[in-house]
Amino acid sequence: MALDAEHLMYPKRGYGMDHDRYDWSMLTDRKPISWPQGKKLALWVNVCVQFFPLNQQGKPFAVPGGMTMPYPDLRHFSLREYGNRIGLFRILDALDNVGIVPTFAINGEMAQRNPWLLEHLAKRDNEILCHGWNMDSIHYGGMDSAQEQMWIENSLSALRDASGQPVTGWLSPARNESELTPELLKQAGVQYCANWVNDDMPYAFNTANGPIAAMPLSNELDDQFILQSNLHSEASYVEQIQDAASLLLTEAETQGGRMLGLNIHPWLLGQPYRIGYLERLLGWLAQQDIYTASASDILSGWQHQQAAE
Amino acid sequence: MKADPGFYGYWPWAERPKIRWPDGKKLAFWVAPNIEFYELNPPANPHRKAWPQPYPANQGYSIRDYGNRVGHMRQMEVLDKYGVRGSISLSTALCEHHPEIIAMCKERNWEFFSHGIYNTRYTYGMSEQQERDMIRDSMETIYRHTGQQCKGYLAPALSHSELTLDLFAEVGTELFGNDGGIYTCDLFHDDQPTPIQLRSGKPFVSIPYSLEMNDTIAYVVNKVEPRRYGQMLKDNFDRLYAEGDSHGTVMCIPTHNYQVSCPHRLKAFEEALDYITSHDDVWVTTGAEIAEYYLEHYYADAQANVAGFNGKEQG
Repeated sequence: MALDAEHLMYPKRGYGMDHDRYDWSMLTDRKPISWPQGKKLALWVNVCVQFFPLNQQGKPFAVPGGMTMPYPDLRHFSLREYGNRIGLFRILDALDNVGIVPTFAINGEMAQRNPWLLEHLAKRDNEILCHGWNMDSIHYGGMDSAQEQMWIENSLSALRDASGQPVTGWLSPARNESELTPELLKQAGVQYCANWVNDDMPYAFNTANGPIAAMPLSNELDDQFILQSNLHSEASYVEQIQDAASLLLTEAETQGGRMLGLNIHPWLLGQPYRIGYLERLLGWLAQQDIYTASASDILSGWQHQQAAE
Repeated sequence: MKADPGFYGYWPWAERPKIRWPDGKKLAFWVAPNIEFYELNPPANPHRKAWPQPYPANQGYSIRDYGNRVGHMRQMEVLDKYGVRGSISLSTALCEHHPEIIAMCKERNWEFFSHGIYNTRYTYGMSEQQERDMIRDSMETIYRHTGQQCKGYLAPALSHSELTLDLFAEVGTELFGNDGGIYTCDLFHDDQPTPIQLRSGKPFVSIPYSLEMNDTIAYVVNKVEPRRYGQMLKDNFDRLYAEGDSHGTVMCIPTHNYQVSCPHRLKAFEEALDYITSHDDVWVTTGAEIAEYYLEHYYADAQANVAGFNGKEQG
């Protein structure tokens, strides 16, 4: 019994990362960033507007939050639709009541399925970023690149046409990527991607077609992770976000501005028994030293200070 | 395959001889930060997959990278604040990838012990020679970068062979004599150090490392809420501290910079450290110091005591 020789060979064992996507850098070694009005914590509230197809293919895996029962899984299909019909409006009110700016991450197919909703969201003048075609369109290693390119182009153009916005941000369904996703995104005019969760600030990310920015959108603080995967209570969700914000605010006092990305799902936090917790959390956040802005505005603030170096 | 690995004899808690840590302390407390490097594209081990998704598994990879980019500094500052020197369970390739982290830990006189080369290279399927070579590489790497003679082992990703502990102890002797390769963190059978029977007969101990208190087990496997994790740490300490009066106990908090240092979790960890280190009869120490003290003061008596419960020759 033995493994092939390659298992004891380490071709990438050297300084920095074991890939070329970005440079190794510790957060505390970087130039401090300041946000507008000297605010300490940039708050990016990312509201997902998603379509989970009933005829889910699950390739190469079933998307978390997707269908789990034999076809037709009406329970999960309709419960996800609940988010776009009802939960979203509760969340919009909660945000508007305390003046926190959302960014909407929308599946491209929503523009076809629900032009009214797209128009309604576009009228609010909040940033829309592209969340892939639908929740069953998973970008994955080894997939057909023509297919992937079509998904990316179709999703972006559907959202650009419906919103009149440039749509320059990207969050993959299930945050998943193929080997080529960053290259294809860059080629399609995307300027930042939220899939990689390895930082509390934006950072530069390489593609063969030129650089884009990584905008880490915490998965650990995602409502789906805390409430649905971990089955933590709503009270704990609030406490966890408050603890996170408090820590980042404290860090910002000595290390420069920080960023808190909150990914939220109307089908989860928009439930009647949960919305009050979100309202309480947003009310608390609004009282902190936060810079409430779209993902793009946060990114451009960061980018200008990189260039100024 | 064996029904029992044969490392230790049965040894009932109710009948243990009393042990005491230096200065009469009741409980030896250590924190074991796992500082790991996971490869984005490791060779596929035939027995265990590194990532659930096809390459590139950006989600799992990037949160672990978060630990080194962001989490390490946070955890190190908290440990500094409470006077705890980390005992690092090290993916030793990190010495090459991220020497900045190694330098900061070395400056603080933290302990480095081997956790393999990468946490994406598993022991499963290795020949004896391959595992020996991997272990030797890891111990030599620690020595080259830190000057420390590696004393402890936690197999990479807790992937073992039947010979893992034997090989670690033997390579330790080859490299550093009786100063190298003296303890393991791979066994979870006890709240005290215990003698481990190896084929070489080398004096060697298991040091309690605790999966129950491990942040990854708590957060990922058992999915506990952060504040509850903090409470678990305190509750665990309270009981071991009380029993330390009659037994002498060990408590370890094994951490990961991508778990405990996340912004929503650090507070719970810090509160537990504050609580634990505020007690007088706690020896705040490292894995190696516990192993060395035990080997010098209690190992021989413990071997004889254990034998009395096992009816035949015992280690």
